[in-house]
Amino acid sequence: MRRSALLRQSTLVRSLGLVVVCGLVLLVLSENITDYRNTQLAEGAYFFAVLAGLTLLAGLSGQISLGQGALMAVGAYTVALLVGNEQWSLVPALAAAVVVTLIVGIPVGAVASRLRGPYLAGATLAFAVGLPALADKFPSLFGGENGLTINPPTPPSWLGSSFSLERWEAWICCAGALIVLFALYNLIHSGVGRSMRAVRDDEIAASLCGLRVGRTRAVAFIISAGCAGLGGGLLAEVNQLAQPGAFPLQLSLFLLAGVVLGGLGSLAGAVWGAALLVFLPNWTNDLSGSFSLSGNVSHNLPLAIYGVALIGAMVVWPTGIQGGIRTLTALIRARLSARRRLRVGAAPEPSGPPSSVPPSADGSG
Amino acid sequence: MRQRNTKALASVIVTGIAAVALTACGSSSSSGSSPGVTSTSITFGTHQPLTGPAAPGYSEIAPASQAYFNYVNAQGGVFGRKIHLIIKDDAYNPTNTVNVVHQEVLQNKVFGIYEGLGTPTHTKVVGFLNASKIPDVFVASGCPCWDNGTAQPYTYGWQPNYTIEGKILGQYIKQHFAGQKVGVLYQDDDFGQGGLAGIGDEVPAADIVSKQPYQPGVTTLAPQITAIKSSGAKVMVSFTVPIYTAIGQLTSFTLGYKPQLVVANVGIDPTTVGALLKTISKGKASGTALIEGAITDGYLPSNTDTSNPWIQLFMKVHAQYDPSAPFDGNVVYGMANAYALVQALVAAGKNLTRQGLVNAINKFGSSWMGPGLVPFRYSTSVHGGYGGVEMGQVKNGKIVLFGGPLTTDPSASSAITPYTGTQPAPPSNGIPTN
Repeated sequence: MRRSALLRQSTLVRSLGLVVVCGLVLLVLSENITDYRNTQLAEGAYFFAVLAGLTLLAGLSGQISLGQGALMAVGAYTVALLVGNEQWSLVPALAAAVVVTLIVGIPVGAVASRLRGPYLAGATLAFAVGLPALADKFPSLFGGENGLTINPPTPPSWLGSSFSLERWEAWICCAGALIVLFALYNLIHSGVGRSMRAVRDDEIAASLCGLRVGRTRAVAFIISAGCAGLGGGLLAEVNQLAQPGAFPLQLSLFLLAGVVLGGLGSLAGAVWGAALLVFLPNWTNDLSGSFSLSGNVSHNLPLAIYGVALIGAMVVWPTGIQGGIRTLTALIRARLSARRRLRVGAAPEPSGPPSSVPPSADGSG
Repeated sequence: MRQRNTKALASVIVTGIAAVALTACGSSSSSGSSPGVTSTSITFGTHQPLTGPAAPGYSEIAPASQAYFNYVNAQGGVFGRKIHLIIKDDAYNPTNTVNVVHQEVLQNKVFGIYEGLGTPTHTKVVGFLNASKIPDVFVASGCPCWDNGTAQPYTYGWQPNYTIEGKILGQYIKQHFAGQKVGVLYQDDDFGQGGLAGIGDEVPAADIVSKQPYQPGVTTLAPQITAIKSSGAKVMVSFTVPIYTAIGQLTSFTLGYKPQLVVANVGIDPTTVGALLKTISKGKASGTALIEGAITDGYLPSNTDTSNPWIQLFMKVHAQYDPSAPFDGNVVYGMANAYALVQALVAAGKNLTRQGLVNAINKFGSSWMGPGLVPFRYSTSVHGGYGGVEMGQVKNGKIVLFGGPLTTDPSASSAITPYTGTQPAPPSNGIPTN
């Protein structure tokens, strides 16, 4: 009981435990999957970093950003320039990617503090469309439309010569994802996280309580920008590239779709969203390839299936996959405890909250 | 409440990971020392823009190659091996290119990557493929960057590189439009820049009055065309993919600007551009009137030249194995490229290995005769593809080649010389024996 009391008291301890558990699971996983699955794991990990930031912004702070893809581009170009041209090693380059993206996020965050709903989406949309074009404006620095190419990272020698590059990349990305998980878990459960929820739920009430609405919003945006920067930096490292065509508007839209489908406002939802972003394109491609259709249809079918899957998922699970799971687990628990009550007599449950608590869509997951 | 949520989060993560692990079990593995080859099959992978801005026209290329392989397979394949091609869409986005090429190499265990399309896309996988010693043959792009056998021993270009093409186009402009002002519209990557470099080798710098880049993905070329028009250029050279050829011509038409148009081979296929003109103008521009008279070049017989025996062969294959696509320049491209791969597989012999294929191209590639109008530039150090083009012009919606093939190489100092060899007829069964 003392241990659980400690767990309940300290967010830090709980988040550290979570990171250690997830880290061990990821370690075992990456040892037991093929090289290609490791590249998918790496892809999922950098998408998680971006989606976690976006879920904080959209789910907790209630702001919609279509600019995350462009922020990823900032991180990717920072890493590509520092690693490729300045021969930095990876960790400081990734840290610099976060810092640069945070700085870029400040003016956008200032705008974000004054805009809400569709207006912010519009402003960040302009950002997503315009920013990658900068690469073409300064071709000598950013490599124009060809973009930048960097050398792949080499796995350290102590891991042995048979340790594959793909697994090493997966490790790097998973480390980045775990850092984001740790940071955001603590943030969500801190005063800042509570302020964000308060501002999201009722702006006027929040400001009456003395919260500075604009500043809270700006902070949320800047943090999500930092996460996108890290994700973009990891993308550059895994794919060894930074190129305007890699950060089209569709990327920002897919990111938003991923976070909504996964379940807004929860870090677990970001895990689901990242998994969807990795697997759904492959599944839709394989599915459309299994029909024998003419090129014009079959080439575009994956996008259509993707869209239908999105619509279908939103109809079935309006709160995303994580919301759906919560509803399901609540249902199952209700059934189980009802049965137990029948067996024991009408005695109330000895511990735990009543199972009829409705699933909450707030950020505590 | 919090503790329960922590548990829930942990359990969700674990289930998510378990799901990943489960799907991971489905991956295939192949036995033997050279992946992708068995005694009855050989598997290649490719990345193509089946959707996205480069898809119009180009999405027909890999299916046309596949059609030719099916034709060869129906006659028993090469040394008893059927050729399989795994086509994956990258939407012209290099992140997707990296992803699908990794998937094909690591998961599908392909023998090599064949006909990967696009400069900004394929440049991002050349390092990976060469480091993994995987044949990367006959890239569907004329970037001069494939031609580096020393640094990239496994990568081979196929079509004439854009600098060679630009030089020959430039010489024609110098000879036939001497002293006239020239404006250049070009895609701002190795394709457009390579072509621009070739033009600059031939046309005096003072005559080039305007150089206007555009980024693929933009929806208008009005600023570029307006700038070229106001520079007073009488000749407009266009290093564009088909959709931007179409947008550029519609913009010129709207502005009342009628220069002599010169378009690189990749951007002028009349069937593709005609269809795009109609779509973009919402049916107002029909046919190919807006590109009529345009100067271009070719290194394969024109798809409308039905007297050419190679075109007759490809039409036969097309009718049987790829009938849903229009028979246009892209289809000819895909089939001619596939013919070269079969030549390489024949040359590599019965005991096929990755290194063996590369050695065979280095050793025999420059002597292969086929649908191309000029020989290939292949050796251990040169991996360049076709070494020249023949000038052509759009007449009545068809590309008509004239003047005989010309060859050169990409360096600025080397001369342009006529190629005097003759094109042989295809083998009677349509399959090369080299």
